[in-house]
Amino acid sequence: MSPDTLKYVVVPLIQIVVVLNVMLLAVAYLVLLERKVIAFMQVRLGPRRVGPRGLLQPIADILKLFIKEDITPARADRMVFFLAPVMIVVPAVAAFAVIPFSGKPFTVFGTEVPPWITDVNVGLLYLLAITSLGVYGVVMAGWASNSKYPLLGSLRSAAQMVSYEVPLGLSVVSILILSGTASMVKIVEAQAAQGVWFLFWRPYPQVVGLFLYFVSALAETNRAPFDLPEAETELVAGFHTEYSGMRFALFFLAEYMNMILAGCIVTILFLGGWLPVTFGVLPAGPLSTFLFGATLTGLFWFLLKVFLVLYAYLWIRATFPRYRYDQLMRLGWKWLIPLALLHVVITAIAALPRG
Amino acid sequence: MFGSTEMEINLGPQHPSTHGVLRLVLKLDGERILDVKPVVGYLHRGCEKLGEDRSYPQAIVYTDRMDYVAAFSENLVYVETIERLLGVEVPPRAQYMRVVLAELQRIASHLLWLGTHALDIGAMSVFLYCFREREQILDLFEAYCGARLTYNGVRIGGMPEDFPEGWADEARRFCDVFPSRLDEYHKLLTTNRIWLARTEGIGVLAGDVALDYGVSGPCLRASGVDYDIRRAIPYSAYPELEFDVPLGSKGDTYDRYLVRMEEMRQSRRIVLQALAKLPDGEIRGKVPRRIRPPKGELYHCNEGPRGELGVYMVSDGTETAYRCRFRSPCFVNLQALPELSRGHLVADIVALIGTIDIVLGCVDR
Repeated sequence: MSPDTLKYVVVPLIQIVVVLNVMLLAVAYLVLLERKVIAFMQVRLGPRRVGPRGLLQPIADILKLFIKEDITPARADRMVFFLAPVMIVVPAVAAFAVIPFSGKPFTVFGTEVPPWITDVNVGLLYLLAITSLGVYGVVMAGWASNSKYPLLGSLRSAAQMVSYEVPLGLSVVSILILSGTASMVKIVEAQAAQGVWFLFWRPYPQVVGLFLYFVSALAETNRAPFDLPEAETELVAGFHTEYSGMRFALFFLAEYMNMILAGCIVTILFLGGWLPVTFGVLPAGPLSTFLFGATLTGLFWFLLKVFLVLYAYLWIRATFPRYRYDQLMRLGWKWLIPLALLHVVITAIAALPRG
Repeated sequence: MFGSTEMEINLGPQHPSTHGVLRLVLKLDGERILDVKPVVGYLHRGCEKLGEDRSYPQAIVYTDRMDYVAAFSENLVYVETIERLLGVEVPPRAQYMRVVLAELQRIASHLLWLGTHALDIGAMSVFLYCFREREQILDLFEAYCGARLTYNGVRIGGMPEDFPEGWADEARRFCDVFPSRLDEYHKLLTTNRIWLARTEGIGVLAGDVALDYGVSGPCLRASGVDYDIRRAIPYSAYPELEFDVPLGSKGDTYDRYLVRMEEMRQSRRIVLQALAKLPDGEIRGKVPRRIRPPKGELYHCNEGPRGELGVYMVSDGTETAYRCRFRSPCFVNLQALPELSRGHLVADIVALIGTIDIVLGCVDR
């Protein structure tokens, strides 16, 4: 095997398999985490029957979904009905290709393996582009079901996702200004070079940017308080009402994948990616590096931050009521977009002295 | 389906937010509601007919099954009607016990309303917090009569049992904790921007319109009409107890929410007063062995958690009623739903079903 084959074919393939499987497992346990965290917030105990402390619950859920009957409604458009869940999962999975999970490369059997699948110089654009493709799946699912509730749900969802794409994109512009690159790896490296997370960037901390991105991401991923498309009390289950079994599970999978993805992006753009929590406050400690090794330390901090972002997701879900459709639109167009524009301008002015 | 701009949608009878088996035929223009037609009767069990078929004491259990969320209030109004027909004196201790239980029942019922209403609007946690408190009340009822939902807890002429030992302390303990819990709900919802956006100005019901529809209870008082049967036509021990009747001004969903929240506080006040004043003595009045009210007819009503709970009873002098009609507040209040929801969005319909607080057992009887 030539070194090129190894570098460009074998290693990426292995990385893809590893990331994909880890993400699937992460989704399964994110569901469990969500159920547990929300249960504790609601003075309940959550799942605790399957396995020790309910730890095998996700496995049982997956098994259940696998053996459920796969129903296609009689008058559904079969082809589109079949394609919709695929259209929604593929972008969610593909987006992870440019996420750097840590900073320094591993060395496995003498081969250097970077802790990201690929580092393209338009990483951020790629992410924006590919995550917007998910809308197609939603619209297709609603249309193909040939049923009223899914149609209403998918229309809502499509309008919502398209609207919130704008503040989402705008909130990212300020990061591009600050880092001067669209590569996900270089964005974190820029934060390392400037010695501060972009969240705490001086003279203009990116708090507004984080807020904008987080709120837009909540809406993008159809999470509470913007979970109208699947508002159970109004539309039964929204665009995936007619889906069952594994196809339903794919929608579920995509939603949680997108949650994790949003957590990763927030971490990379605003929270310094794999940089330690003490970064910029304390000098780089030998202790943590000693404990985990450089790559694993980065991974640890990265995952910790992603976890905290996801925890905020769950917390919000347990706390807030749901917006109404028109209110959601008003919030998006009349408040978030002007705010995002203002934010970009302020960031640009603040960044002027640095040229 | 896509030819016209109007779309007809069936909400229910199997739908998570219709609180049972209510069916609504919605006529929509996009997401806007043009018209709503409630279709009721899926839970009709002929309670009125059963009331004419069984003897008076036997029929008390059927009243449990009507408004199963506030079974005690239904028991009470039915028994009081018979007592008035018979002309039986109820001893004061029994009267006070009835007030304590009826007000606890009102709190339990309002808690269920708050929980499901909030859940419909998407605030999931409130639902479980409300059930925590409701559970305590159900425990109290269980300790009193052994049942948690369908109590059959009143007898003609008095009460079946005295409070068990320590029950009053247990009830007081609940009353001590309860205000802090209410404050928690206020913190979660009352000033929450999303909650305000979803409830303020939604389903405005003017006072005179409410009266035209025959709306009663918290829905009426939220529209600013000061009518509480506990005040207007006092019964049981209410005249001797102090309490405020909260009123709304605008008559929207938010006002109805505030009125019910305050009613819970007032109910707790009544429970504490009644427990403090609880007289000693008999709990059963002098009742003939065979209950045969003299010929005559009577309408008697109580202030139930949902409004005017009434019984119209015609006695022909035998052991069964000739006619036993229940005026259900849910059924009457539900009439106002089309009026409330016209021009609002689909998402509001669930808030509106929640805000008029229907129990389908009570609607269909």
